[in-house]
Amino acid sequence: MRPPPLALPIMLVDVTVAAGAVTVLDHFTLTLGTGAPTVLIGPNGAGKTTLLRLAMGLVPISRGLITWNGRESLPPTRRAILFQRPAMLRRSTAGNVRYALAAAHVPRAQRAVRTDALLAEFGLKGLERRPARRLSGGEQQRLALARALARDPDVLFLDEPTASLDPAATKGIEDTVRAITARGVKVVMSTHDLGQARRIAGDIAFLHRGRLIEAAPSADFFSAPRSEEARRFIAGELLV
Amino acid sequence: MTGDASALQLVLSGNPELFAIVRLSLLVSLTAVLVAALIGVPFGAFLALTRFPGREAVIVVLNAMMGLPPVVVGLAVYLLLSRAGPLGPLGLLFTPQAMVIAQTVLVAPIIAALTRQTIEDLWVEYRDELAAMNVGPGRRIATLVWDARFSLVTALLAGFGRAAAEVGAIIIVGGNIQGFTRTMTTAIALETSKGDLPLAIGLGIVLICIVIIINTLAWGVRRAGECYAG
Repeated sequence: MRPPPLALPIMLVDVTVAAGAVTVLDHFTLTLGTGAPTVLIGPNGAGKTTLLRLAMGLVPISRGLITWNGRESLPPTRRAILFQRPAMLRRSTAGNVRYALAAAHVPRAQRAVRTDALLAEFGLKGLERRPARRLSGGEQQRLALARALARDPDVLFLDEPTASLDPAATKGIEDTVRAITARGVKVVMSTHDLGQARRIAGDIAFLHRGRLIEAAPSADFFSAPRSEEARRFIAGELLV
Repeated sequence: MTGDASALQLVLSGNPELFAIVRLSLLVSLTAVLVAALIGVPFGAFLALTRFPGREAVIVVLNAMMGLPPVVVGLAVYLLLSRAGPLGPLGLLFTPQAMVIAQTVLVAPIIAALTRQTIEDLWVEYRDELAAMNVGPGRRIATLVWDARFSLVTALLAGFGRAAAEVGAIIIVGGNIQGFTRTMTTAIALETSKGDLPLAIGLGIVLICIVIIINTLAWGVRRAGECYAG
């Protein structure tokens, strides 16, 4: 049984992120609660990746506030991220997971058992000794997911996790996202794939030019978008 | 041809003088590489991972020091260790220890500069992952050095190549004393000037063989590492 999530709800209140003269996120307000995945969609440069990195504490906030269940800080092990192109440590498959467990301060005595369990869960049994950098793209993505979940987070951020995968590997990742969600982990992911957003999302946050244009339950967003930008985006028009 | 045959005969006969020279050369060069690695690897990693005013200038100077002229290093170490020098009371001049110091000065910048480049490249790749895992500075450095260990073999190898081939510094601070500070390179220089070509050629053959063997071993270590760690 998972302990109650320390991280949720996550509230971003009037958040602005600027990089030099460029405003990457502009007065952004959004609440991420428990339950089904929240999917961030929007054209390139909308601010999806910056939002995920901001929530992980990898990008400094210029203005505004983020709270985690009402607190302004969160123990680092309660959140994890899967980058679009995760770096594989120059170690074996099992070594990558063991490293993540050690970084999360999991006691040494528990690491072997946890490593075995995570590798089995993500279909990587039999590949324990293979160098992580020699795994296929889909296997690397699953290993990166196993590494992220080694922290046993309350919230998992996924940055376009299937961007470079074939359909079979994409299905594997989507199934994993559903399994993670069923386990009580909040998933917040970005994608360019509207079909994927329809398949996975409980809620949609639609971003454009660093602003939150619309946030709504997935069914409502796709059936009756409230904004002109969202309607055009769903219709496949190019937003610039 | 006669000289070559005599040289081979000298090597194959296990000439004790020749092997004493080889033993001392290896001892001095490998010790210098070890000491230089203990200094250069942490310093290179520090330079790769920290930002401070003047860092770029330090990197430029470090890179320039890779080409330090051995005779100038020999002269500087000589002045340090000579009776009137600040380290004169230690009595190290014309000893193997003085040769180790001189070679360390030559090799440490090579190892530090190559380490910095290797660690910095790996850091670019690992930065986000380690930050997301909330890995602290100490563990971060240890991770990068450990994961780059097979690449760092190349840096050590470059350092050994420099030390093993070097003659200008050690002849100044070691004095090329027979049976005490005579190494392969200083002996080759001396025997050639004396016209004793068989010994010079014999030592040259041994030196080249050692360099080839060590390079082969390092290549094997690196290949094994790639199979193990990718």
